[in-house]
Amino acid sequence: MYHESDGVIVANKATTQVASDLQKKFYRQMLFYRRFEERVNIAYSQQKFSGFCHLHIGQEALCVGLQETLHDDDYVISGYRSHTQALAKGVSAEEVFGELLGKESGCSKGRGGSMHMFSARKRFFGGHGIVGGQAPIAAGIGFKIRYSEEDSICVCYLGDAAMNQGQVFEALNMAATWNLPVLFVIENNRYGMGTAISRTTKIDRLADRALGIGMKSEQIDGMNVIDVYQSITPLVAELRATSSPILVEALTYRYKGHSVSDPASYRSKEEVKRYQELDPLVQLRDEMLGADLIDEDTLNTWDKECRSTIKEALRAAEEEDDPAVADLHRYVYTEEGSK
Amino acid sequence: MAAKLMSMREALGEAMNEELERDPKVFLMGEEVAEYDGAYKVSKGLLEKFGPKRIVDSPISEGGFAGLGVGAAMAGLKPIIEMMTWNFGIQAFDQIINHAAKMNYMSGGQFGLPIVFRGPNGAAHMLGSQHSQNVDPMLSNVPGLKVVSVATPADAKGLLKSAIRDPNPVIVLESEMLYGLKGEVPTGEHLVPLGKGVKRSNGDDVTVITWGKVSHLVQKTLAPLKEANIAVDLIDIRSLVPLDEELIYESVRRSNRVVIVEENWPISSFGSHISDIVQRHCFDYLDAPIAKVSQENIPVPYAEELERAALPTEHRIIETVKHVCYR
Repeated sequence: MYHESDGVIVANKATTQVASDLQKKFYRQMLFYRRFEERVNIAYSQQKFSGFCHLHIGQEALCVGLQETLHDDDYVISGYRSHTQALAKGVSAEEVFGELLGKESGCSKGRGGSMHMFSARKRFFGGHGIVGGQAPIAAGIGFKIRYSEEDSICVCYLGDAAMNQGQVFEALNMAATWNLPVLFVIENNRYGMGTAISRTTKIDRLADRALGIGMKSEQIDGMNVIDVYQSITPLVAELRATSSPILVEALTYRYKGHSVSDPASYRSKEEVKRYQELDPLVQLRDEMLGADLIDEDTLNTWDKECRSTIKEALRAAEEEDDPAVADLHRYVYTEEGSK
Repeated sequence: MAAKLMSMREALGEAMNEELERDPKVFLMGEEVAEYDGAYKVSKGLLEKFGPKRIVDSPISEGGFAGLGVGAAMAGLKPIIEMMTWNFGIQAFDQIINHAAKMNYMSGGQFGLPIVFRGPNGAAHMLGSQHSQNVDPMLSNVPGLKVVSVATPADAKGLLKSAIRDPNPVIVLESEMLYGLKGEVPTGEHLVPLGKGVKRSNGDDVTVITWGKVSHLVQKTLAPLKEANIAVDLIDIRSLVPLDEELIYESVRRSNRVVIVEENWPISSFGSHISDIVQRHCFDYLDAPIAKVSQENIPVPYAEELERAALPTEHRIIETVKHVCYR
């Protein structure tokens, strides 16, 4: 599969069946993340909060399929587009909404915002706003895993444009050289902000960056959750067994602009439409309907449940307290040390 | 407490040795720290004693291994990240400023970082513009970091040990020119708290405030100033962040005159900050404008005479002190 020059992923259809329960679970999770981000978009336009806000709409399949292969004690770290990855790692919708609203109840106590979701408890290590800056940090988490002889692994999400940051090269090199158990995952949505990756990068296949590093790599279809799950499962198993890092490039697409304030005028409506035909939710829905696993009524019920849960989470978050201005200087330094 | 005569490099090495022994979460990473024994031999013998798991030679990727330290600290280790020089450490400013300094704050207190970034800082001798920079104004400007500058072997040991035990990111500024400096160093548990300055001489005529390598140059001016009947209250602040403000104010209220001597460029320098807080807190006590001896506002030149002229000199310090004392 690849991003064709006109911008369409030609997907390898998943060949093996996965259990119908898992298909349903994936669908409901993706639906939840879709509806969550849609709700975030509305709340932003209603000026319930401000700042930069990057949505994951269209890219849900990757974090859903990948998360299924992880354990609770695995670490996840990401960039600034990470609301749904925090949710996938177990941070509650109310905590993520709370953070967006700048509430004391937010997962970073309202000190982080959209780009800085953190949960030490859930081992979600952020939420980082400098493109590629999370890559060396992920190598450090991998270093700690090896140092303390833990069984866990670290997943590091990166955008396509992060692959042109020097620090990412440095991190991949250290991880490969020292055998640090990190799964580096490029979410290739084809654009670094408004610049098509093809305009800034000579090679088409970003996974090939691993060749010069001496790291195993694989390109996967990031629009098909079953394909993600089936491709990632053996890679994660191998990573657990060998500790050798792997670079995965997931081909995907974001339907919305880079951030909520971006009308995305740098790409055609036709291009967006072509990708929406590959929508991860539509693909799985059609497959399940075709196999008579579910019916339209069930789909509608799930949708209503998602909307209602999300609405309630936002309402609850809105009722929480703002951080006290008296605490302005709190957390600049700690007396406690690292968790 | 028993003491031993040792060089600055030995004192820093002893601090790391003791802390590596004390806490298995401590590790040292940097360029040439292991098999080479350290570019300036500060980590001599540590690889042999603690092995390659804890004494780690890094690739020449300052941003990368600084960031590795940040991640390791987030996950619970206590990294000592050595910059071969702070000039190279500028490559790691993204990780230090954007990540290390803010991690605890922007996570709402979930990720305090017990990490030390240390290495030599400032001009040495004829190393040229790219190897002669001071990062103290740049890093002391960033909330979330603590910054110390070591001038004696005893302080080097005591401050580095405290820095390693501190639960926050600490910047330790050393100097190539001081690694061979010898002094009495207390053996065993010797901790100098972060945020405490020290008097290097007592006098009531003028307060001279300084830190790091240039403090030794200031000490050379004490005798000629004494001949001119000027008794200097000399403060080595040791810790830029947090700063021992009370030590400064107490002295200024007695002497009524202040000279700050720094190896910083003059604009937005750390001395500028000291000048600001002194005039705000001691305005009624001042009998003369606060004076600052900085390095010249130029890239540090290579040629020996030019380099000497670019940095604070004994002559400039003496003249400035006399001027402030109206002599």
